[in-house]
Amino acid sequence: MPVVIVDGQEIEIGANERLNCIEAARRAGKEIPHYCWHPGLSVVASCRMCLVETGQRDAATGAITMVPKLVPGCQTPVRDGTVIVTESDTVKASRARVEEALLIDHPIDCPICDKAGECLLQDYHFQHGQPERRADLQPFHSRKRDVGPTVTLFVDRCIMCTRCVRFTREVTGTAELMVTSRGAKEEIDVFPGHPLANKLSGNVVDLCPVGALGDKDFLYQQRVWFLKREPNVCGGCSAGCSIHTEHNQDAVYRLKPRENPHVNTWWICDEGRYGWHHLHDQARMLEASRAISSPTHGRTAATTPATESIEWSEVVTKLRDDLKSAGRLAVAVSPMLTVEEAWMLCAVARSIDPEAFLALGFVPTRGADESFPGGFTIRAEKCPNRKGVEEVLALFSAGGRSWNDLVDHVSAGRADAAWVTAAYPTPWIDEAGAAAFSSLAQLVVQDLFDSPLMQLATWRLPAVGFAERSGTWVNVAHHAQSFRQAIRPPAGVWPEGRLFWNMLGRRGLYDVNAVRQQIATSSPSFRALAGELPSTGVDLRLHQIA
Amino acid sequence: MQPFKPVLLEAIGVPDGHSITSYKSRGGYAPLEATLAGKQPSDVIDMVKASGLRGRGGAGFPTGLKWTFLPKDHPGPIYLCVNADESEPGTFNNRLLMEDDPHQVIEGIILSSYATRATTAYIYLRYEYPKSWHRLQAAIDEAYAAGYLGKNIRGTTFSLDIYLHRGAAAYICGEETGLIESLEGKRAWPRIKPPFPAIEGLFRKPTVVNNIETMACVAQIARRGVDWFKSIGVPADPTNPRDPGSYGPKLYCLSGHVEKPGCYEAPLGITARELIDRFGGGVWKGRAAKAVIPGGISMGLMTESELDTPLDFAGPGRVGCLGLGTAAVVVIDDQTSIVDFLHNSARFFAHESCGQCTPCREGTSWSLRILERIKAGKGRLKDLDILLELGSTMGMMPGSTICGLADGAAWPMKNAIKKFRGEFEDYIKRTNPSGWMVTDPVPALQIVGAH
Repeated sequence: MPVVIVDGQEIEIGANERLNCIEAARRAGKEIPHYCWHPGLSVVASCRMCLVETGQRDAATGAITMVPKLVPGCQTPVRDGTVIVTESDTVKASRARVEEALLIDHPIDCPICDKAGECLLQDYHFQHGQPERRADLQPFHSRKRDVGPTVTLFVDRCIMCTRCVRFTREVTGTAELMVTSRGAKEEIDVFPGHPLANKLSGNVVDLCPVGALGDKDFLYQQRVWFLKREPNVCGGCSAGCSIHTEHNQDAVYRLKPRENPHVNTWWICDEGRYGWHHLHDQARMLEASRAISSPTHGRTAATTPATESIEWSEVVTKLRDDLKSAGRLAVAVSPMLTVEEAWMLCAVARSIDPEAFLALGFVPTRGADESFPGGFTIRAEKCPNRKGVEEVLALFSAGGRSWNDLVDHVSAGRADAAWVTAAYPTPWIDEAGAAAFSSLAQLVVQDLFDSPLMQLATWRLPAVGFAERSGTWVNVAHHAQSFRQAIRPPAGVWPEGRLFWNMLGRRGLYDVNAVRQQIATSSPSFRALAGELPSTGVDLRLHQIA
Repeated sequence: MQPFKPVLLEAIGVPDGHSITSYKSRGGYAPLEATLAGKQPSDVIDMVKASGLRGRGGAGFPTGLKWTFLPKDHPGPIYLCVNADESEPGTFNNRLLMEDDPHQVIEGIILSSYATRATTAYIYLRYEYPKSWHRLQAAIDEAYAAGYLGKNIRGTTFSLDIYLHRGAAAYICGEETGLIESLEGKRAWPRIKPPFPAIEGLFRKPTVVNNIETMACVAQIARRGVDWFKSIGVPADPTNPRDPGSYGPKLYCLSGHVEKPGCYEAPLGITARELIDRFGGGVWKGRAAKAVIPGGISMGLMTESELDTPLDFAGPGRVGCLGLGTAAVVVIDDQTSIVDFLHNSARFFAHESCGQCTPCREGTSWSLRILERIKAGKGRLKDLDILLELGSTMGMMPGSTICGLADGAAWPMKNAIKKFRGEFEDYIKRTNPSGWMVTDPVPALQIVGAH
């Protein structure tokens, strides 16, 4: 195995790994500061912050020959015997000078800058900068301009790392951003009439190492040091991008991509990034309720049963009783549910009616899959767990029934009660679609928002949003990721899993891990979910092949 | 020194010297025909290698060696880029060649393309040379008409097209990878190396970038032979195996405070003093020289006492300059302020820095603003230390930038301050009698008074 020597410490790297000095040093626990380098973008080596001393150890003699000048760590590949010195006086002096240079034209308006607290310019200045400002220039402007619907550019804060420019050229292929002017007068800009308006535009804000690019959705909403971040998975589409949900006091403030080489690499789409606002929508269902009078067959879509609110502890018992007495049960298992929730729901349904008709819930789709030159794909299927729910359903019933099968089943009068789990962030069913369910003795609807179907329901149960649930989602490529809830649901709302857990008569608090282990041990298709999952998830098919 | 007959400039003063008929009457294109008829590309490479020709664009890299860096048996295309973005202040030798003897250049390009197996050559011409543009294009058209360019030249399998590309007036386009980026239609930001252009250059294909004067030299070597070329100039230092010597004639651009500024052809190794006195008629108005730029502003400064330095590839380096550069000798007389000189130089580099690497982008601009303040009578002695530090830390040589522009900005700065520190100190003390000694740190932000 090739050996790289980082500050005297020998580390082994893989025989076929192509690492640069920054990556190799990181393996040795040494962070080489850098601005312009990003693993997902081309190397430009222009910020010159990552300059290090390098050399080569002769394999035969062990003698080390150093390169007589500093080299950029990002641009320099390591091989067997490469020597990297990250802490020498020359290196430190060089970093201090780059920091000084970058601050010459920087407005230093940290108190009013959104990036303060997570700004590389700040961090590196504390770590590598010099205490005294020698430049007698007082750059106190803070010009800003709109570059697109999602992003504001604070021109003078920019350090010209060009990460954002390269992102729009290499990943989205839209090339809206560019560099204008020359030398110290350089600025990032867009062409007139061509704003930064691609579907991945929000990523440039994450890429920006300083406060130059501000996310309009997040701007001035919260100081970053108040935010807590929870590893999470985006529920916006079947890509299932790894994200961090950043929240404070049960309020989400922003979503950030979480690096996952198997799923989304470093990016997320704007739809996902800004797709959390429904969590805090005033119109959300917050109360469990059920119809006052026991409805009879032959209701029409126009007749909405009068309802009264009901305590969750009563839901657990009375829902079972109502469904049991109604007779034949049909259940729609929403692709918004986690694997654990879907599995428990099926188990609950089977315990109520051993012949229950189990089908995949409504699968919302919009447009077609959209791929970008950098390899990122936004999926047309706007739900995170169709694959997972299908696998669960396969454990309980053969045939792979879809939502349409369920609608046909109900329309044909082969069910007396239906339980529709939904939890869709956007409207998904109209009155015509709901009409099929109008003649049921019992209709349970679990959703985030009111809908024509909800109006027909005899049991109206609130659902929870993506950041409020725990469990496992399986994305379009069979990649399973487990996550914990980031924020608590609104007061009075039980996540679906908690209800199912209680309806199964299991004791104590809902333990999502216990359910997952049970699923993993009881079915070969979920064997990969056994034990502790890595934060980047597992491929469900791996263990099946083995 | 024996009298020297100009070769590269032999068309100067010849009526219609830029036409193909005139060029052929001087023996032009005959070597090309002979080469195409009887020599292999490798023979041409060997000839250029044997001649010891070093690139005339500034860096002085051996031309033949550069060509051998191209990958062997590459399926092509291979490109030849000819650098005519002559923008080093003080330099105008390429202009003369392009305006008055364009066929000499074109013959050199054809020979070089034949040697490197390039089938397309681009001439990157700086915007400010409209006459060169017309003359070169006319000459290219003549060469096509005469069958020296195009498909199957002279009945051989060798084909070559030359495209004349006019830049948009940026100094950085003279850097070879900046030039390549600009040719590709991009912002002229020099590329990181490796890969070097010989491996991956224009349109990601193997590329050779050579200077106009180098091309003219290739034509002359083909016409007059290796021995003729090696008989001129300064032989390699036998004690230094890494010295390839400085052979051949060189066009020196003499300007500044001399009686007869102009472009003069002389053997490599002529001293600055001889150049000024013999060709330039001495420093103007009977004054003495205070300093001389040996090869374009970015090479630094020689003092009067260093004028006996030979202007070959190794000479200026021995007196602390960056090198011979483009051999643009600019004379600064003893009535001129070095502070003014450095301010002007800093203004040029701050304007022309491409802005890619932090040390150069901010360093050139900061040094300009320091010099502006010094000129405004608010200098401090401490500023000189900052300028010196900037001068010694920015550039490709210390490793802090991608290309050599920053070295070019740094050299005049550190040369001027090291060699003329007394003058700077006098200037600062004279113009800022109350503040020259201040060493306090500068407050980063406006200090808000008590309210």
